Amino acid sequence: MSEAVNFLIGLAMGLNLLALGSGRLPSVIRTVATQGMVLGLLPLFLESRFNWFVALLAFLTVSVKGFVIPTLLRRAMRSANIEREIEPFIGFVPSLLLGALGTIAAISCVRALPLLPEHAGTLFVPGALASIFTGFILLVGRVKAISQVCGYLILENGIYLFGMLLIHSTPLLVESGILLDLTVGIFVIGIIVDRIQRAFDSLDTRKLTVLRE
Amino acid sequence: MITSTLEFFLRLSVWLLAAPLFPGIINKVKAWVAGRRGPPVLQLYFDLARLWRKGVVLSTLASPGFIAGPAVAWIAILGAALLVPLGPIAGSPSFRGDVLLLVYLLAAARFCTTWAALETGSAFEGMGSAREVSYAVLTEAALITAILALSVQTGSITLNGMLGLSTGAGAVLLAAGLFTVLLSENCRVPFDDPNTHLELTMIHEAMALDHSGPPFAVVLHGASMKLLLFMVLLSEAVLPLSRLAPLAASMALISAVAILTVGVGLVESLLARFAFRRVPLLLTTAFLMCLFALLLAWKGDTQ
Repeated sequence: MSEAVNFLIGLAMGLNLLALGSGRLPSVIRTVATQGMVLGLLPLFLESRFNWFVALLAFLTVSVKGFVIPTLLRRAMRSANIEREIEPFIGFVPSLLLGALGTIAAISCVRALPLLPEHAGTLFVPGALASIFTGFILLVGRVKAISQVCGYLILENGIYLFGMLLIHSTPLLVESGILLDLTVGIFVIGIIVDRIQRAFDSLDTRKLTVLRE
Repeated sequence: MITSTLEFFLRLSVWLLAAPLFPGIINKVKAWVAGRRGPPVLQLYFDLARLWRKGVVLSTLASPGFIAGPAVAWIAILGAALLVPLGPIAGSPSFRGDVLLLVYLLAAARFCTTWAALETGSAFEGMGSAREVSYAVLTEAALITAILALSVQTGSITLNGMLGLSTGAGAVLLAAGLFTVLLSENCRVPFDDPNTHLELTMIHEAMALDHSGPPFAVVLHGASMKLLLFMVLLSEAVLPLSRLAPLAASMALISAVAILTVGVGLVESLLARFAFRRVPLLLTTAFLMCLFALLLAWKGDTQ
């Protein structure tokens, strides 16, 4: 069981780096969607017995993160008529190296943290830290609004992974509430992206600073 | 004593005689994918024989280094190849840390090729050399990291000790990283197009533009040995050959090298070469794959 969980989290960590390294927005969106689906499958492997609520939560997570949010983002991308990220603040190679450094640091430092014995052998905490760090790099280092949204989604995936540690004590209602928030957030961002595009003829968030009274 | 001498000559003949076969197979695969008949598989042997009979055109500017460069590079590659075990046959001059000698011999070969290329003062060759060396910086980092991963995994620093044991979960990462290193080191498609006739975009070919006759034959033969060397290295790093019987191990090695050859041919047929500015990203990815294989080897056991 722990093997499968570690494999899925390792896959998610690899997808973090893939998102950092790819310059085309559709592939970033696809990567984030795949990561969401991979992490959405996790609760199924955590339960020793089949549980309807957990299965429902996994199904909801996979469908929202894997299909609904990417569709919203793709629609925003198409209406804004942009294809690829250009010249980010932090280049692709530096951001990839930074992400790898963060991942390695997360894996190496986790031994120093006082974890419960049942979590010590798993990759939950390093995976969560690495995803949060990757999300920050994308949020800070990219110029286009849609890449920043993808960074936000990876950040959320990291926090979700952290929440998996508490799966037995958090009501599943909270998890589904977060999922709903996320969907609405992305929906609103999709509209905002369209507005930015119309007002500034570009999705470059640097241009938002010219907005003055 | 007699068996070890026999084994040595067997390995020598494999490296010298079999190596030019593989570029021919790659070209055949490319021709087959494109629907052409293509050159014969043994074309490189014919080319080598033809070049060996021809005379040498020497630039008046060139120093003796122009001839010595390819020769030293060829000897360095052959020496590196002899260190590598071939399936059940162990590499014979084996000592602690011979893997470092392998890395340095390959670097020496690159230095000599570049030196000979710069001898004639041609602008194209200077450009090709600059590219070759700048890619090599990133490629060598990936190669050394892969060697570190193997060394940490097996706890050995000899090539005979660290190759031929599967590296478990890291093997997939290591295979992907080393395959990219193979493509880059041998100037195959995503990095360089061996069939290009445009001097502006050549890398390895640009360095050999002014060579002719026997020195050029030596350059071509050395390149084919280097290709085989990397394919053998990759197969032995990933496959658990030492756990198999000698016959099965050699069959597995031969089939792995054949699969790699076909794989290189398919990559060349299906992929266009990358723009120069995208190459560092790909090489960094290869480095990171090897780095994570190292991390798995280092942390994987204790968890």
